[in-house]
Amino acid sequence: MFRILRKEELAPSIKLIDVHAPMVARKARPGQFVVVRVREEGERIPLTIADWKPNSGIVTIVFQEVGVTSLKLGELEEGDQLQDLLGPLGQPTHIDKFGTVVCVPGGVGIAPLFPIARALQEQGNMVITCMGARSQNLLFWVDRMRSVSDEVLISTDDGSFGFHGFTTDLLKQVISRGTKINMVFTAGPAIMMKKVAEVTALAGIPTIASLNAMMVDGTGMCGVCRVMVDGKTRFTCVDGPDFDAHKVDFDHLLSRLAVYKAEEKAALDLYLKRRGVK
Amino acid sequence: MSPVEFKRIPVREQSPQERVKNFQEVALGYNEEEAVAEAKRCLQCKNPPCRSGCPVNIDIPKFIKHIAEREFMEAIRELKRWNNLPAICGRVCPQERQCEQPCVMGKRGDPINIGKLERFAADWELEHGVEIPSLPEPVGKKVAVVGAGPAGLTVAGNLARAGIQVTLFEALHKEGGVLVYGIPEFRLPKKIVAAEADYVKRLGVEVKLDVLVGRTITIDDLFGEGYEAVFLGTGAGLPLLLNIPGENLNGVFSANEYLIRSNLMKAYLFPEFDTPTKRGKKVAVIGAGDVSMDCARTALRLGAEKSMIIYRRSFEEMPARREEYHHAAEEGVEFHWLTAPVRILEDSGNVAGLECVRMQLGEPDASGRRKPIPIDGSNFEIEADIVVIAIGTTPNPLVTMTTPGLKMSPHGTLVVDKKTGKTTRPGVFAGGDVISGGATVISAMGEGKIAVENILKYLEAKW
Ligand SMILES: Cc1cc2nc3c(=O)[nH]c(=O)nc-3n(C[C@H](O)[C@H](O)[C@H](O)COP(=O)(O)OP(=O)(O)OC[C@H]3O[C@@H](n4cnc5c(N)ncnc54)[C@H](O)[C@@H]3O)c2cc1C
Ligand SMILES: Cc1cc2nc3c(=O)[nH]c(=O)nc-3n(C[C@H](O)[C@H](O)[C@H](O)COP(=O)(O)OP(=O)(O)OC[C@H]3O[C@@H](n4cnc5c(N)ncnc54)[C@H](O)[C@@H]3O)c2cc1C
Ligand code: SF4
Ligand code: SF4
Ligand code: FES
Repeated sequence: MFRILRKEELAPSIKLIDVHAPMVARKARPGQFVVVRVREEGERIPLTIADWKPNSGIVTIVFQEVGVTSLKLGELEEGDQLQDLLGPLGQPTHIDKFGTVVCVPGGVGIAPLFPIARALQEQGNMVITCMGARSQNLLFWVDRMRSVSDEVLISTDDGSFGFHGFTTDLLKQVISRGTKINMVFTAGPAIMMKKVAEVTALAGIPTIASLNAMMVDGTGMCGVCRVMVDGKTRFTCVDGPDFDAHKVDFDHLLSRLAVYKAEEKAALDLYLKRRGVK
Repeated sequence: MSPVEFKRIPVREQSPQERVKNFQEVALGYNEEEAVAEAKRCLQCKNPPCRSGCPVNIDIPKFIKHIAEREFMEAIRELKRWNNLPAICGRVCPQERQCEQPCVMGKRGDPINIGKLERFAADWELEHGVEIPSLPEPVGKKVAVVGAGPAGLTVAGNLARAGIQVTLFEALHKEGGVLVYGIPEFRLPKKIVAAEADYVKRLGVEVKLDVLVGRTITIDDLFGEGYEAVFLGTGAGLPLLLNIPGENLNGVFSANEYLIRSNLMKAYLFPEFDTPTKRGKKVAVIGAGDVSMDCARTALRLGAEKSMIIYRRSFEEMPARREEYHHAAEEGVEFHWLTAPVRILEDSGNVAGLECVRMQLGEPDASGRRKPIPIDGSNFEIEADIVVIAIGTTPNPLVTMTTPGLKMSPHGTLVVDKKTGKTTRPGVFAGGDVISGGATVISAMGEGKIAVENILKYLEAKW
């Protein structure tokens, strides 16, 4: 069992928890994730390690409530126990001195990109962040991203804050300024990462995407997380989650993410009904 | 003395019509009267050949004699001298190839039903309260065991019984390995696995779940923390795929995914349990081993109208146990022999069926089985909405990748000295599927026992 030491609401339906998991905190690297199970009947879901403190044994997770499991996770309060937390999983992000890098997080994609940006900056890179959200109230961790970036550009889909448009528009602006960009890192909804990859492919900028395939075990046993990269089958949990965005078949990823749509909806309806009764 | 009884006492089972509708155990096992009657058939051979067929060398006539004399507690004590997991082995050992194969009774009639007698004694104890043997004084040595499958549980339990302080690290959230994620409830109830894992814990083994060795902690860290030896029982969990077009369509599962969802995550109880699975109408399982039978039978229980086994060789070459084949056939699983898939058919991202080709058998190949050769132009289609690929697994490379000095064979298995269980790295031992590439529960336990002897020797030499 893993105790929740602190809980914070970052935005409507986006929550942060600090979990006591000393072994994980000791080993975590940027880009890695954990698999969490909320309760005995629960499913296993992957969530990024958004931050960690080896000395106090804390692992920070930021999650969006989108379905039954993330909602149940959101119900837990400080002092409650998480049934299971396994990690750190996946290959750490390859951090190097690239020169100028642009980080493009969308939504909770900030969770993986915050530690990545921090490590990139520590390595002496010039870090530009193009972050966005649907609306101002869903923006979070702007200060944190500022603290690890040389420049932060912000967009909202509805124009309620910053640039009116998408993160890809911000990225295009940076490219069109003529800044030489050596590398782009992106994380967030698959559809956004696909768009980012299209933009950077045109501009010829190497791009790494942190893929969010569905997972069960997270250790390479089941193959549910398989993605197509360069025409080959790869397991996101052990070969990834980072892949060369220009070689990822995003349409395939999007199609696999929708496999359990009907079941997820049925489970959500049942959950909401039961919660309503309570 | 009563006359020799050539026929075995039959084992009661749920009827096929009944059992395909539930996940409860198929074989109901012996009651006391049946067990005693079956035990009395044993000839109590002076040089019992059955023992040599058992990978852990259980004194079979001795435990059977106790049952015949209604000394059930004595029977289980005897079994546990050799085997920490008798309720499991009694259920899933391929006895017809192991202990029961050389049984002298088999020459003139039915061999003694050793497996079901073992199960009877173990279940009797679980029902009447499990006895924990007295443990020796701790010798002040720590050993780490990685993987809580049959190999790891055996090693952990036996080391604890030798006074070693043992920590067992397991990546998943439950102990049991394949026993809990692979083998279905209807063949091996999970409460039996939990009870036998509990026994190992009560021997003093500390279990740490949710620890992926190689990521959460490395072998070198373990040595650094004062563990003097490490046993790797990490199994062969990486699924092999076919590399044919359509393999990544929605509705294509590896056998591991299909079984993990249903067994470990209890997807058949969705939405009470949160993990969903696909309940296909027409399920095609590729391969014909025990794993394939488990998948095809699970499909029926999940409500499939049609469950098919697609195999490129013929009935004779099929690797599955005959008992499992029979159970599957009785339940209505269809068998397509000499049929190989070449492509998975698509309907807007989902599986629509399989394109197959007919095969014929040629000369024996390296495995000694006749090689299947495709017949040109014989392509045809099979309709299916779920395809499960059950063509085998290999060891997960994670531990080897993160541990300097461990040698892997070209097949991905860990290289060990079979006589001692020693790997190429001093102080690191291994056994089970990670060295065999996939065998049986009891052979994994047998290899575990060899490793235990040698770990003890290794620790002693270091004293
Ligand atoms: C390596 C990795 C890291 C991740 N890190 C985070 C994180 O830090 N914070 C966070 O909020 N989420 C993260 N995710 C996504 C997270 O795992 C899913 O949001 C979660 O599984 C949803 O479970 P659920 O039962 O609440 O919703 P479900 O009922 O399973 O799904 C509800 C909705 O979310 C969609 N969905 C389901 N799974 C995913 C997925 N993997 N990615 C995108 N959409 C999905 C479904 O299509 C559906 O529309 C990560 C995923 C991966 C693979
Ligand atoms: C579906 C199926 C049906 C079968 N039916 C039968 C049968 O009827 N009879 C029979 O005798 N055999 C059967 N087998 C084979 C038998 O189950 C295996 O041979 C046996 O379980 C191997 O035991 P093991 O301890 O070596 O490995 P496993 O049982 O595979 O256990 C390995 C454990 O190690 C854990 N692990 C792996 N890597 C790490 C790591 N890095 N850190 C921590 N933990 C790790 C895994 O999560 C797992 O729990 C079947 C196998 C399958 C898949
Ligand atoms: S452990 Fe398996 S092989 Fe050995 S006697 Fe028991 S059933 Fe037979
Ligand atoms: S060989 Fe058969 S009859 Fe002889 S002791 Fe073993 S089980 Fe009994
Ligand atoms: S999540 Fe099971 S193999 Fe990746």
